Amino acid sequence: MPFDVEIALQRGKLKLDYAFRTEKGGLTALFGPSGAGKTSLLDAIAGLARPCEGRILVEDTVLFDKAGRIDLRPEQRRCGYVFQDLRLFPHRSVRENLIYGWRLAPAEQRWMDLDTALGFLGIGHLLDRRPATLSGGEAQRVAIGRALLSGPRFLLMDEPLASVDAERREEILTVIERIRDELALPILYVSHDRAEVDRLADRVIAIEAPRAISQAK
Amino acid sequence: MLTAEEWQILLLSLKVSAVAMAAALPVAFALAWVLARWRFPGKVLLDALVHLPLVLPPVVTGWLLLIAFGTNAPIGRFLSDWLGLTFIFRWTGAALAAAVMALPLMVRAMRLSIEAVDRRLESAARTLGAGRWRTFASVTLPLAMPGVLAGLVLGLARSIGEFGATITFASNIPGETQTLPLAIYSALQMPGSEWQVTRLAILSILVSVAALVASEWLARRSGQGAARHAL
Repeated sequence: MPFDVEIALQRGKLKLDYAFRTEKGGLTALFGPSGAGKTSLLDAIAGLARPCEGRILVEDTVLFDKAGRIDLRPEQRRCGYVFQDLRLFPHRSVRENLIYGWRLAPAEQRWMDLDTALGFLGIGHLLDRRPATLSGGEAQRVAIGRALLSGPRFLLMDEPLASVDAERREEILTVIERIRDELALPILYVSHDRAEVDRLADRVIAIEAPRAISQAK
Repeated sequence: MLTAEEWQILLLSLKVSAVAMAAALPVAFALAWVLARWRFPGKVLLDALVHLPLVLPPVVTGWLLLIAFGTNAPIGRFLSDWLGLTFIFRWTGAALAAAVMALPLMVRAMRLSIEAVDRRLESAARTLGAGRWRTFASVTLPLAMPGVLAGLVLGLARSIGEFGATITFASNIPGETQTLPLAIYSALQMPGSEWQVTRLAILSILVSVAALVASEWLARRSGQGAARHAL
């Protein structure tokens, strides 16, 4: 089972509950209004935020289990996280950004090499540039490439079209479709755009606005 | 060009400053890290303590060092018994005084640069497979490096000019604790030594300028190096 998540996250006085599972791979969209905590959910799956209860399984590997006291560190989860704000390393060239995770991954966990990624994403001409000099669409593709090259077992994508101008949207959409169709990689895809979700998603999980927990205190 | 005595003064000054910086750098960075990243009760107190040498009259700092590191003081005795390290009337004392006086400036610069590092970049590194140390070495430290070097420059400048705490704590002994500023002070006390004072003052200016040029060069080199240094 690609994703099997049942967790509660505490955010201030709010308690956010999430429970969903996906039977097959492909692209699963997490769809919901802003403020629903979609990014918090991705952070929890990546190990960047700690749920207050519940468990997270991806591809039948336990990443987090409160009851079983399992909490894998982010670097152990093999998750390819494409952040909404990209987070390319500003002090490194595009090439160094791309191979950052690739170098850290043990050889048997890598399933893509730099040349393949460059061709796949069409970013071969950008290698010696600094992230600050890239356009939104270019930076987005580099961020996707960096995540793919780290040898992940699954992909988390947080509003990947947010930082891309209208003319480049199609380009990125095509890249995401190719990742979905050509790489056997389960993808969790966060979006608040209905059209985007309809086009890309194999299935949609609605995330509701958070409910308040007891306001006592 | 320089007399044997002047050489001795110059080399001693450089030795004292170099050792002071080598000792202060890791301490300053650790303190900057703790103040920038940790949250704990008493943080304000630690912050104030670190800044104390900046605001206290240097004589008072020197006196406090005497109390703490004197031969009969607890810390001083511990260090001399276990490490054979003594400070009073020794060049090591001058280095300690210079390090303590330089520390606040170093911590300030380093703290600001650590606080300026975007922690979201660190979490990105973690998801890409980097552990804490690797993340620190490959993301945090390179991004904070300009501030670390700025702190080192400030500290070096402060330590070369250090006078008050040194003369109070380590005394003014030619060949042992008499650094450039102390030597200039001694020369000023002797009638008819204007020429000597002038020479020492020029020497002092040259040392400061050289230190600034060197640090500038270092900063520029590390700025470029960060690009070429992958992991």
